[in-house]
Amino acid sequence: MGVATYREHLAAVKSEITEISAQEAAARVAEQPGPVLIDVRERDEYEQGFIPGALHIPRGNLESRIDNAVGDRSRPVIIYCAAGNRSAYAAKTLAELGFQDVVSLRGGFADWKQNGHEWKLPRTLTPQQLERYSRHTLIPEVGEEGQLKLLDSKVLLIGAGGLGSPAALYLAAAGVGTLGIIDADVVDRSNLQRQILHTEDRIGMPKVDSAETALKALNPDVTIVKYSERLTSENVLDVITGYDVIVDGTDNFPTRYLLNDASLVANVPVVHGSIYQFEGSVTVYAPRVGPCYRCQYPEPPPPEMAPSCAEGGVLGVLPGVVGTLQATEAVKLLLGVGDPLIGRQLRYDALAMEFVELKMHRDPECPVCSKSPEEIEFIDYEQFCAAPARAVSAAPTFTIKEAVA
Amino acid sequence: MPPILRQAVGGAREVDADGATVRELLDDLTTRYPGIRAHLLDDGGELNRFVNVYVNNEDVRLGDGLETSVAPDATVIVLPAMAGGR
Repeated sequence: MGVATYREHLAAVKSEITEISAQEAAARVAEQPGPVLIDVRERDEYEQGFIPGALHIPRGNLESRIDNAVGDRSRPVIIYCAAGNRSAYAAKTLAELGFQDVVSLRGGFADWKQNGHEWKLPRTLTPQQLERYSRHTLIPEVGEEGQLKLLDSKVLLIGAGGLGSPAALYLAAAGVGTLGIIDADVVDRSNLQRQILHTEDRIGMPKVDSAETALKALNPDVTIVKYSERLTSENVLDVITGYDVIVDGTDNFPTRYLLNDASLVANVPVVHGSIYQFEGSVTVYAPRVGPCYRCQYPEPPPPEMAPSCAEGGVLGVLPGVVGTLQATEAVKLLLGVGDPLIGRQLRYDALAMEFVELKMHRDPECPVCSKSPEEIEFIDYEQFCAAPARAVSAAPTFTIKEAVA
Repeated sequence: MPPILRQAVGGAREVDADGATVRELLDDLTTRYPGIRAHLLDDGGELNRFVNVYVNNEDVRLGDGLETSVAPDATVIVLPAMAGGR
């Protein structure tokens, strides 16, 4: 065989593949379920406009990324580029890789646009963001779209302590665009054995300020909203409304019950974590989807039966494991991927190196989540948690009073 | 056994107890270790509302409660609410 010019070679490739017109492509894209649409142009071309729903995989990365992007080789695929030449080569390659139904858009994006079909400008990451989040965007379940979703997301951390520290660091690193942090404490030397947001030279500083310093240093993309106060019946709805997910890493029962009740009013899922000595626990309370904290524990234990970490101690790395699991669940909820820990409680025992999953169910008679949001009233959580459980159940006080965390 | 009750059972993570139902099992357990009774059961002998009991990882409160039957080789987990986070 002799030497072929580009034109001759292109013509030969096109004779081996199927091309469709913009009109046919538009009809097929409108079908349910539609074909996979792949844009193989370079990034600067893609940024000038693309066909809605298309996956952007530049021609040079097609072979290496296609398995992750489209696992099922029987799915119909339409490939396009600017004018229909690169997509012809791409279609031939995918056919060689075993894709059974691959077509190339004749005339490419130019013809598509000229024929008046729908296109849009992509929202894209900046070059710096592309670099920072490249290990995310490579995962098909995240991609550039998922990363943009994370950047648009808001997560509220209740507490910048043992659990809040690793959770906040990983959420900031992941590029969650807004992190709210509520904590009224200042950094104490005894915190530093586990609260990795804080440092020796920031002892005495409000934890929200210390957290902001650490998180901004890690990722300047993230906006930090600071609440250097306690969560109370009065401020809770103002604080939590507008957040997509709450990560609960507080250290006391009044705040946990208050947060539970308020999250059911504001309809925000709570990723719950708790720790004690060598053991921890994680679950996701999704309002009215799964059980709430009160379905699981209708009443708190009396104080003498519930020692805190300050009293009982905690292994320093334990909140690292539990808080990181909380961050993982938060990211999954934000991206809408995977199976969240709803209706399941994951228990971690560090000494035994054992994870156990316990099943939880919604209580149809739950005093809180069986009600509609308008019917939920906040109680006096301090009294609820301070009094012996039996006395409280005998005389519940359903008044909205200050609950000091 | 949860960490906060371990001292009362001599530091053991797991203990044996006999009973065909959760009620019988807890009665046997609290006879062996009287110190944990107030943590688990109220004055009327019912499960405290801040304690959950799981038989083979299922919450008994949503099954037959204390009457839930327990097979000879079942694993029963006793779990009071835990608030720590810092």
